[in-house]
Amino acid sequence: MVVKPLTGNYAAAWAAKLARVKVVAAFPITPQTTIVEKLAQFIESGEMDARMIRVESEHSALAAVYGAASGGVRAFTATASHGLMYMHEMLWWVAGARIPMVMAVAMRTMGPPWNIWTDHSDIMGQRDTGWLIMLAEHNQEVLDETIKMFKITEDERVYLPGIVGLDAFILSHTTEPVDLPDQEVVDTFLPGRKQPYSFRPGDPLIMGNIPRSLKENMKMREDIHRSQEAAKEVIGEVDKEWGELTGRSYGGLVECYRCSDAKHFIVGAGAWVGDMREAVDRLRAEHGFKAGLVKVRYVRPFPREEMVKWLANAKSVIVFDRSVSPGSAGPLFLDTVTHLTISGVRAPVKNVLAGLTGLDVTYGDIMDAFIASVSEVEEMGTFTKTIEWFYGR
Amino acid sequence: MSDGGHILPLARPTEGVSGKTGTWRVTKPIFNNEKCVKCMLCWLYCPENVIDINEGGGPYITINYDYCKGCGICVDVCPTDTLKLIPEGGEE
Repeated sequence: MVVKPLTGNYAAAWAAKLARVKVVAAFPITPQTTIVEKLAQFIESGEMDARMIRVESEHSALAAVYGAASGGVRAFTATASHGLMYMHEMLWWVAGARIPMVMAVAMRTMGPPWNIWTDHSDIMGQRDTGWLIMLAEHNQEVLDETIKMFKITEDERVYLPGIVGLDAFILSHTTEPVDLPDQEVVDTFLPGRKQPYSFRPGDPLIMGNIPRSLKENMKMREDIHRSQEAAKEVIGEVDKEWGELTGRSYGGLVECYRCSDAKHFIVGAGAWVGDMREAVDRLRAEHGFKAGLVKVRYVRPFPREEMVKWLANAKSVIVFDRSVSPGSAGPLFLDTVTHLTISGVRAPVKNVLAGLTGLDVTYGDIMDAFIASVSEVEEMGTFTKTIEWFYGR
Repeated sequence: MSDGGHILPLARPTEGVSGKTGTWRVTKPIFNNEKCVKCMLCWLYCPENVIDINEGGGPYITINYDYCKGCGICVDVCPTDTLKLIPEGGEE
């Protein structure tokens, strides 16, 4: 074990190296580029036993690692924003083929206008592909969850690929101390590669041929859904196991911060959860609010049971989204409302759309939005405005 | 390796795994043995693997019309006009 100052991108690269990834495909895009650059350096210097494939596009990058993973090795790539959109078709292929692999997404907003800062538009646009999707809060979590994601995706109850999201620049290019586990620890944690099948000479297989029966085809889609549901348990188990090995456990799908006596909850995902912690501490210390924070680590599978558990008796819930489905609402809000409602939870829920296109959000902004909204609930029992575009001070 | 009991989009490459694809055909390749130089290009290029070589005499190739889609690639690569493309249902 050694503590190194690492950017979020270097933490992702170190995780891929420690997981003994054998094939990496690289296509540069800000703010992801230094992930694959670092991996290229590891491979070139002989520190990492892997092949680097330089490709002509993100679509090809994912196609290449998908092919390698289909052949039976751990494979990894990284992208962001427009690159992820260009990959979008291939995401369906990897998930539909049930091939486990891991990808880092340095979450960046979408153009136009041209913009390289963080928001969650790119990663949230992949929710329906069948990939597991988690959003990290800090660089240690980037490293830990990238390693864990290999174990989760390679569990036979899951057999689906997974994305680890890290916010552009706030994590990708910010250096933090990161505890690097020993190679032996990771080797114990991650034994040999597991996948449902692989392509080998002498054992011909066809993947993706025209289905003989559309009922079978639809059942494949249902099986992906059921495997996402089954992944909830696996994510919890793997989190516990990693915690026993390294002392770092994150609560599985969700972490609830200062929740035991909380009445009013903030819900969020990604790097700004760090600011939300600060806001909750200050809302309690300076304003006397019984504030709590639900950190959603995994948006796919969506943690219905944990959300219900923590929010069943909430007086109010404010969901912060860093992306929006125009004409509807923020994606985290939509999932939260849906799953609370179908589970019989009737707490008032509000959507605060903030930090889109990389607009800076501070703990003070989060406190402002919270105080204004919760004051309404305390006076009138509900929110006057359910979806609010919040621009800060 | 266990498939974990999942429903996978996999198939074994066996004859006719997707049904009799020859029913789609609108044009049909026909073979004239007299001009054949046994180059095997039609056999090599057929994307559906429906051309069989007969080493033991008789017509040099047999086309399996149950699966031939009538794409015409065999006709295109044939150097001696041994193969000809005609409308499906037309006179041979």
